[in-house]
Amino acid sequence: MSAQITGTTGTTGTTAAPGGAVEDAQAAPVWQTVCGVADLAVERGAAALVGGNQVALFRLTDDRVLAVQQLDPFSGANVMSRGIVGTRRGVPTVASPMYKQVFALETGECLDPVGFLPVLAAGPDLATWPVEVRDGVVHVAVPTGPTP
Amino acid sequence: MTASSSSPRHLVVVGGGMVAQRLVEALRARDTVGEWRVTVFAEEPRYPYDRVALTSYFSARDPEELNLGDPALWDDPLVRLVRDCRVDSIDREARQVTDRLGRVHDYDELVLATGSDAARPPIPGNDLPGVFVYRTIDDVAALRGWVEAKRAERSGASYDRPVRGAVIGGGLLGLEAAGALEALGAQATVIQFGTHLMDAQVDLGGGQALGRLINDRGIAVRVSTATQQMRPARATGHVGRLDFVDGGRLDVDVVVLATGVRPRDELARDAGLPVGERGGAVVDLSCRTPDPHVWAVGEVACIEGRCLGLVAPGYAMAEVVVDRLLGGAATFPGADTATRLKLRGVDVASFGDAFARTEGAMELVWADPVAGVYKKLVLSDDARTLLGGVFVGDASPYAALRPMLGRELPGDPGSFLLPEGAAGGGAAGLELPDDATVCSCNNVTAGTVRGAVTEHACTDVAAVKACTRAGTSCGSCLPLVKKLTTTELERAGIEVSNALCEHFELSRAQLFDAVRVADLHTFSEIIARFGRVPAPVAAMPDGVAPAGLPGAGPGRGCDICKPVVASVLASLGNGHILTGEQAALQDTNDHVMANMQKDGTYSVVPRIPGGEITPEGLLVIGQVAKDFGLYTKITGGQRIDMFGARIEQLPLIWRRLVDAGMESGQAYGKSLRTVKSCVGSTWCRFGVQDSVGMAVRLELRYRGLRSPHKIKLGVSGCARECAEARGKDVGVIATDKGWNVYVGGNGGFTPRHARLLAEDLDDETLIRTIDRFLLYYVRTADRLQRTSVWVDEVEGGLDGIRAVILDDSLGIAADLDAAMALHVDAYEDEWRAVLEDPEKLRRFGSFVNAPTTADPDLAYVAERGQPRPATTAERAGAAGAVLIAGTTLEVRA
Repeated sequence: MSAQITGTTGTTGTTAAPGGAVEDAQAAPVWQTVCGVADLAVERGAAALVGGNQVALFRLTDDRVLAVQQLDPFSGANVMSRGIVGTRRGVPTVASPMYKQVFALETGECLDPVGFLPVLAAGPDLATWPVEVRDGVVHVAVPTGPTP
Repeated sequence: MTASSSSPRHLVVVGGGMVAQRLVEALRARDTVGEWRVTVFAEEPRYPYDRVALTSYFSARDPEELNLGDPALWDDPLVRLVRDCRVDSIDREARQVTDRLGRVHDYDELVLATGSDAARPPIPGNDLPGVFVYRTIDDVAALRGWVEAKRAERSGASYDRPVRGAVIGGGLLGLEAAGALEALGAQATVIQFGTHLMDAQVDLGGGQALGRLINDRGIAVRVSTATQQMRPARATGHVGRLDFVDGGRLDVDVVVLATGVRPRDELARDAGLPVGERGGAVVDLSCRTPDPHVWAVGEVACIEGRCLGLVAPGYAMAEVVVDRLLGGAATFPGADTATRLKLRGVDVASFGDAFARTEGAMELVWADPVAGVYKKLVLSDDARTLLGGVFVGDASPYAALRPMLGRELPGDPGSFLLPEGAAGGGAAGLELPDDATVCSCNNVTAGTVRGAVTEHACTDVAAVKACTRAGTSCGSCLPLVKKLTTTELERAGIEVSNALCEHFELSRAQLFDAVRVADLHTFSEIIARFGRVPAPVAAMPDGVAPAGLPGAGPGRGCDICKPVVASVLASLGNGHILTGEQAALQDTNDHVMANMQKDGTYSVVPRIPGGEITPEGLLVIGQVAKDFGLYTKITGGQRIDMFGARIEQLPLIWRRLVDAGMESGQAYGKSLRTVKSCVGSTWCRFGVQDSVGMAVRLELRYRGLRSPHKIKLGVSGCARECAEARGKDVGVIATDKGWNVYVGGNGGFTPRHARLLAEDLDDETLIRTIDRFLLYYVRTADRLQRTSVWVDEVEGGLDGIRAVILDDSLGIAADLDAAMALHVDAYEDEWRAVLEDPEKLRRFGSFVNAPTTADPDLAYVAERGQPRPATTAERAGAAGAVLIAGTTLEVRA
């Protein structure tokens, strides 16, 4: 039990940039190289560290890669990448592995809160990150705007 | 009558049977201001129990399972139940009763609910050892003990023959007693004085059909036979032979008298109250005796000139008395004498004017002697109004037709007698009027059931039962309740299909069969073949289908159907659960083979078969937990859970455990969890079998078996049941001859005791029986359906399961055996396989671009010497909490 973490490193403080900040950043995105597409399993998420944020990456059957926040708004745990990927009426989704809320992967919108209230002040939806795949390499845009 | 401000008035109920229970229940439900307090004197040392279900005591040996209603009723401060305490006399003038201990109790009002005694017909020898009646739990227990003792004598004899039993009386009760003898493994002969069986309910044609069905079951029937005497066996003095008036004889080891009941009206007689010609305290239609403060209900009441030996009229009388006590003016609505016999393979029902005694009544008969079916409707002289009916061999129209009693039938009455499925046949399309009674035990109408759906938002039969109490007593109306509920839900536009989700229209059981028959092995194949195309979202962004999902495909599944497909594929032997496309189907727990906890870390449970572990094993677990800073706790399944393992630590932890000879405990899977055991005969002074040895054997056999829900087993080494095996899906309890096996138990939200499936099995038969039970469940249960619910809902219930796995009635036993053999052969430790496969190991990186970096947000505090996740307040630095982390956690800036 040697290590200590300072008390300010709370679950709610470090991870997700809200969607607004991401859009501001799109004017001049700074792209971070994350991994190869081949490093991602189809329809199984993976967590990544992007500019100090925890991001969940999902590779779909058509090799598109989508990124949302890793922090689950309903449990406050960093687990979104470990949910089951699927579709709801044709829209790609991920279900939180903790309490099974369903989110649209493209927009981050919570499609089904399954009767729960979010524990995060930012609300029930997930923040999304722009992703580009170039030459088999996954790049995620790092928000450059002010982060709260 | 209004609620007085003084102390409540005192109601004394003499008798603690089904009708007394109903009376107290109804009074407490309706007397909301506490106008009455009740004292119930019960002669038996028990809570009121379901006498109608007495025969089921042979399959469910725990008498408490027969208890009626909510046990909390007896904790009500206004209710007092005095068990094992007969009332000896009534002083009507002083309004007092005296109990058997000589205590005197005042009453304001008195209800006689003393019921009946089983009659002992005046046949010489009717008191010999081995002659029983069939009325109470104690009667049934004594009969059981006798037959078991006789069978034990037999097994030592040089000649081998079964125990021979006779039942005198071929009515409803007699046939149930014969079924009970049969269930005990005895040969049974029914002796009927009348011309045919159940002659009080069924006409000659129906009785003959019934006789054939009973014969087919191996129960002999003698009709038009009077018994002259019962003679003792010379050697023992026990009953040994029946002599009949016609000169015939029958050798017997046990006799059950089931010739009728006699009202227990001695209190009424002694108190000077009038009794009926054939006994019973005479009451008017308000159930009141000539004494305005004394009432009688149930079998002891002589109402409209007769006593009624059925529970439904008794319940109706109880409701009438409660209404009157609370100032109402209810009257007895007339006896509903509908009856139904439920013996395995014999279905008999009768209602209304079954003998067509009404002036001008017409009889419409359908008989199929080959199939053993006899059905009759009794109609008014214009052939339109339903007056009664008899059903033997196929009582399926009964539930729908009985509520139509006294009403005009729509269409051709004959169509209701044709077999279901025949053109225009069956009662399926019958629309009941709202005021038709569906459940006569609880007096629930069709309208009330419909209202439960439309006004109280019930969406399944269980909710409707809880809301209306329909079907909660005898259960015979449940098919009708289910049909009404389904119809009403459909009408309300609520989908009642058993479709898994938007991607599959099939239920889990249907999907299992489909995948097995079509021989499919991947999710993509399965959804392409059996998936359905969901309705598109009305307004998609830009009005285009999402890329990668061209046109209207069935989609890519969801968190409902993917784990189901994963489970089905695993049950059908498709290799490691993380192989190929299967990996993407798994819930996170199965995917990383650990149990996710609230902060996103996992718990780790190595298998400890039967709860048996060496000191060395304990040291390994202790050292691993210490090195990785894990919180440890003993589980309810006799193993050790280690909490707080991060995803990237799981392979390191399991490398240590596997190297020490441990394997996955599948605590994360919908699969076998544990086989709990007591220490058994190797150490215990009382144990009669080696329960630990059997538990280890079972756990190693079924480990890794994927199923619709988790499965737990238990093995106890003697009847003391220290392993609590009857709280498990499969419970095995040692007897001095072998093992009894119970099925369908569980703890959790709705605790349930397992029910007896088979008795005194040797080791190999036990294992074969459990093999088949588990695989039959795996193949036919719905998603997340525990065995307790499945046992009730699978075709034929527990009897049906017995037929399939013990008698091979579906011809699938060999297939089930082969499938289990395949499972046992193909078993591999899932964790060992992952550790040997670098491709699978890659899934355990914390971040794809920093696979060994710990989640920086995790934080813990120490409590009672171990870590636990920090609360939000503790994280914020409140309360001066000191945050800690596991010893291998890297600290990042």
